[in-house]
Amino acid sequence: MTQVGSETKNKVNPPLWLLAELTYRCPLQCPYCSNPLEISKYQNELSTEDWVRVMQQARKMGATQLGFSGGEPLVRPDLEELIQEARGMGYYTNLITSGVGMDEARIKRFKDAGLDHIQISFQASDEELNNFLGGTKTFQHKKEMARIVKEYEYPMVLNIVIHRKNIDQIRDILDMTVELKADYVELASTQYYGWSRINVDQLLPTREQLARAEIIAKEYQEKMKGKSRIIYVIPDYFEKRPKPCMNGWGAIFLTIAPDGTALPCHEAGQLPIEFPNVKDFSISDIWNGSPGFNHFRGFEWMKEPCRSCPEKEKDFGGCRCQAFMMTGDAANADPVCDKSPYHQELQDDVERIAKLAEQEKEHKTEGKPLVFRNMKNSKKIVKEEAADV
Amino acid sequence: MDINKENIIEVAPTFRVQWEEVQDCYVVLYPEGMVKLSQSAGEIMKRIDGQTTIESIIKNLETTFSEANLESDIIKFLEVAYDTGWIRNKK
Repeated sequence: MTQVGSETKNKVNPPLWLLAELTYRCPLQCPYCSNPLEISKYQNELSTEDWVRVMQQARKMGATQLGFSGGEPLVRPDLEELIQEARGMGYYTNLITSGVGMDEARIKRFKDAGLDHIQISFQASDEELNNFLGGTKTFQHKKEMARIVKEYEYPMVLNIVIHRKNIDQIRDILDMTVELKADYVELASTQYYGWSRINVDQLLPTREQLARAEIIAKEYQEKMKGKSRIIYVIPDYFEKRPKPCMNGWGAIFLTIAPDGTALPCHEAGQLPIEFPNVKDFSISDIWNGSPGFNHFRGFEWMKEPCRSCPEKEKDFGGCRCQAFMMTGDAANADPVCDKSPYHQELQDDVERIAKLAEQEKEHKTEGKPLVFRNMKNSKKIVKEEAADV
Repeated sequence: MDINKENIIEVAPTFRVQWEEVQDCYVVLYPEGMVKLSQSAGEIMKRIDGQTTIESIIKNLETTFSEANLESDIIKFLEVAYDTGWIRNKK
């Protein structure tokens, strides 16, 4: 399956980033989770040996950054072992966690195993909203874990997914990150995939909210210069040009889902494309030779308006998943781009949601209930999908 | 900033420096990111071990590359490295 086609087509740079989604099990139930809606279908997780082999193969190709993610990676009892193996191979090891399932003893064991960095997610800056969004009582524990992480001299990223329910707290959220001595703060605007897509009506902020939040974020970026790096990007639904998604398809990022499916990004599983499994193929074959990874490489696959667009090498036509979700064809331009014939539809949708938000505010109602990310809801969604076919 | 050449410097614990075979250069690693170093920057960074003074690092580089007067270039780089938080004085 490898090495067919022209010379130039085969010139593929190696992966730099390996995202290991160790499990989709998670004690939290965040309604904006970027995991697939079908998490309940992933019953068979890769073994420790499988993961070690995958890490070795990707490292040999040149991957340097390794993210242990999920679900909640702390659920895996072999996490310490995987960290130690990865560090021994020379990876920079990132643990991306909710902090639930951690205690000081485990933080110390991770340090001994060679873990380089811990990223902890917060849902909000106040206990009530944090616990409501996560569907669990975790707020105080998370703060305690963040303190201990800094005691052990880890670089710490605090990640807060930002949406309509918490965006007005942004000043409090930033104050909390200052108090907890975060080295980096990611104010991650919700991206509308997976669970957040079905909750978009309740989560998308308004333009007014975004404008206010941006001013506050800038103020803290200035104030914390040299102490903490604050990253804030507005949701792309409000942009006129798409993001250069994943820096290009199969260009840098390699995601491995809990069952071993290899993906060019953690959302790509929803596309009608066949992706290889690490149980059947080596990482090198997958990265260089699989049809799935070559599908949107280069520019040949593009349609208009992307094909003749002078900016195509800058943004690669945006996000394939967003194009697929909104137009039914993953090879279309990302509708975030105002050159896309579907851009107006997206704008209309943003306006419709803004009106919902307005009504909620006026009548002090919550709107329709959020669908929380858990196995029960996933099973229901999978069943409905099956009935639709 | 004023750099005291008698200071012993170390790579800050929030960064890591290592040789990358595939990239064919030294890199600085940090949470979810990597900076590739030029050859000269790599030669400086790899000598920062938390036991050596700036003075000794300069001498070592001048000897290794049989070149005098590297000092101002090295200091210039160290200023940037302090600024980005890659290095700090060993306490």
